Amino acid sequence: MNPAATNPAAAPALPAGLRATPRLDRWLAISAEGHVTLSPGKVEIGQGILTALAQICADELDIALERVRLLPAATASSPNEGVTSGSLSVSECGLSVRQVAAQVRGLFLAEAARQLSVATEALSVEDGVISGPGNLSTSYWELADRVSLAFDADAAVRPKPPSRRTLAGRSAPRIDIPGKVFGTRPFIHDIVLPDMLHGRVLRPPRPGATLSALDETQLSEIGGLVTLVRDGSFLGVVCRTEAKADAALGRLASAASWTGGFDLPDAQNMPSWLKSQPVEASVVDLRGEGPGPSAPRRLVRHYLKPYLAHASIGPSCAIASWQEDQQGETLHVFSHSQGVFNLRADLALVFGLPENAITVTHVEGAGCYGHNGADDAVLDAALLARAVPGRPVRLRWSRADELVRSPFGAAMAIEIAADLSEDGAITGWRHEIWSNGYVARPGRADSPALLASFDLEQPFPLYISQDPSLATGGGAQRNAVPLYDFPSWRIAKNRLLTMPLRTSSMRALGAFGNVFAIESMMDEIAEELGEDPLAFRLRHLSDERARAVLERATAMADWGNASVPDERGRGIAFARYKNTSAYCAIVAEIDLSAQPRATQLWIAVDVGEAINPDGVINQIEGGAIQAVSWTLKEEVTFTRADVTSGSWESYPILRFSEVPAVSVEIISRPELPPLGAGEAAQGPTAAALANAVHAALGVRVRQMPITRDRIIAAMEL
Amino acid sequence: MSGGTSLTVNGRSHSIASVPQAILLDVLRNELGLKAARFGCGEGLCGACRVLVDGRPVASCDTPLWSVSGKAITTVEGLGTPDAPHPIQAALIAEQAMQCGYCISGIMISAAALLAETTEPSEIAIREALDPNLCRCGAHNRVIRAVQRAAAEMRASAA
Repeated sequence: MNPAATNPAAAPALPAGLRATPRLDRWLAISAEGHVTLSPGKVEIGQGILTALAQICADELDIALERVRLLPAATASSPNEGVTSGSLSVSECGLSVRQVAAQVRGLFLAEAARQLSVATEALSVEDGVISGPGNLSTSYWELADRVSLAFDADAAVRPKPPSRRTLAGRSAPRIDIPGKVFGTRPFIHDIVLPDMLHGRVLRPPRPGATLSALDETQLSEIGGLVTLVRDGSFLGVVCRTEAKADAALGRLASAASWTGGFDLPDAQNMPSWLKSQPVEASVVDLRGEGPGPSAPRRLVRHYLKPYLAHASIGPSCAIASWQEDQQGETLHVFSHSQGVFNLRADLALVFGLPENAITVTHVEGAGCYGHNGADDAVLDAALLARAVPGRPVRLRWSRADELVRSPFGAAMAIEIAADLSEDGAITGWRHEIWSNGYVARPGRADSPALLASFDLEQPFPLYISQDPSLATGGGAQRNAVPLYDFPSWRIAKNRLLTMPLRTSSMRALGAFGNVFAIESMMDEIAEELGEDPLAFRLRHLSDERARAVLERATAMADWGNASVPDERGRGIAFARYKNTSAYCAIVAEIDLSAQPRATQLWIAVDVGEAINPDGVINQIEGGAIQAVSWTLKEEVTFTRADVTSGSWESYPILRFSEVPAVSVEIISRPELPPLGAGEAAQGPTAAALANAVHAALGVRVRQMPITRDRIIAAMEL
Repeated sequence: MSGGTSLTVNGRSHSIASVPQAILLDVLRNELGLKAARFGCGEGLCGACRVLVDGRPVASCDTPLWSVSGKAITTVEGLGTPDAPHPIQAALIAEQAMQCGYCISGIMISAAALLAETTEPSEIAIREALDPNLCRCGAHNRVIRAVQRAAAEMRASAA
């Protein structure tokens, strides 16, 4: 019997992570030495999740934050919490940790009450020391060996009420920052294992190309080469040092001949290309019976979002070791994957190994908040390691491969049609998307999604990216359904069934393109009707939390009153991320005296309970700055044969001199469930900038990136 | 010919075994085990690999070893320690000025070089000094505040 249990009849549901992994001791351990060790299934990708979880845990247990130790996510030991994505780390993992810690506290208090012969209600806890009446005292640490955590989570246990939290809700300093400042906290690129070798992989020069010949005479004199690995069109080298591996890769490139490859999209005419592909058409959402066939006035507008690259500052990296012994073959890998269990599932598919023969352990890599080459690099490393059993191989991609061979965020053509009544009300709304899917993460299908698996002698079929249902967040259709009170709408999606450029989850998924389109359209209609864009939005918005962020952001910017300098303009935009998560409204100011430059963003956000307010601000500001970069600068470029944006010169991102001032205000709601902050700002940033361009010049740019050339082109239309 | 290049790194002199054509970043990371300077692009375009060479910030990823023979190299490991942090290190912690942190080593080097030149940098001067450093997570404004904080700290302790 669980002594901490209370009234099970009133139990709310457990968080998903605890339903999957209910045992308390899989999540948390308390040591006699005075430490609490947390084992979350979510991973640190720069969002500060480890600190937020430590705060939640320390708060429930009444201990100092410094006592909490975090284990990296690992298939061998962690609860399976799926992928760290969708801005769900705090709302999913955080609530599991809170529940576990509350129950563990109860178990310890029950044991203390027994030891001290007092009622649990008479006990209090301060930094792990449990005190009772008089001088009675014990501690978590003294009781650590006596209290079993071999219980399942119990939904009837109630965590502390918000008013009694002292750490969650405060801006605790990130626990990983000092190690990064002093260069002592390793990224995966820094890890050295005994006898470790170094690998490099030569990718086909164009997607879908196959190896037609390899001139081995050119490879005979490569110094330091341990082995060459060829499996179909997969080519790699294993060398004793990184420098030798780089040199060997150069030789390999000149020795290899390739043939064939996919025809890439027509970069000059993306909307036509997207609309001419075979698709899976679906209706995402219908309100009422959808808009009628005719209306007194109908505005139709076409928007375009290009392919975008994750562009992590550090190229993807992995370490793999392959072991063969009497028990059979095993594979152990270190990875900066966002989903260690999902990655393991795909590795098992590729190698035909049982999942329990494979371990995946997370180590931090360079961030980007999306599905970059991290998982692909692991298969590369494993294929090389299989050729040198018993010796670990560290594999690192090149800069060009990181920019060209990582999955992209999909290009999207979006068409919106708005029906207006005679008196200027929106009576019908159509939103239609043409896009590749936004999710080709590993571990979701019976066929792997890892890049090298398509190039093997026995190749797996190219995994065409999918979209989750709207109920689970959606992919290309994320945020395609407006939050406005329109009486009827029809939201439709055409998911491409061809995929010459590989696409997968990029931060915010389809929300970036959809919010850009919806919020641009709202301004276009407001202009058509001669209304102020803020008043027009509020007129169609009854959700109080939505109104509150719009009113706050515009108040911050003194919207409508502030004088805006010449050649500058201001725009607003709003979205509720996924229509179920954080609310975010943004006022953006843009300077158009030279290349478009964002000068300032005023952002108001409502994330429900903000566990770490400074962490929320960091995520919102970082997300907005990344979105400024996407909106004003970024675009994957390609010919019909290959991607041409393989360096920082051909794929420039925002620099320090181009970064706007950003102010963020949080509308505090400690009584409401915490919502993720990482992806709320991207869509509104894009639309606010487009609307700002229009405010400055009267020119509507409906295609990103919004460059000077695009503005000039829009003027000439 | 191999080896024999002499180099002073973080105040210690080394006789380097790597060939003179070796890349400085590779020597630092793989021969000397100094991992704070990071590989980002190999073309000197992102700043993640920056180190100080006789006080000036240099991209170590496309710098051959021979070209810095006899010079003094400073990496982040040589800037400061938790007990005696460089002002920019203390300020980055105070401002919580990073997300993933992969770019931060190179940024610290650029900032340290600027602060050695002046403890009264304008915001524009800070942005210019950091312009060779790319950051994907969007921590730029916090980094700028950290440089300003470090500068103020240095002015105060000099007064």
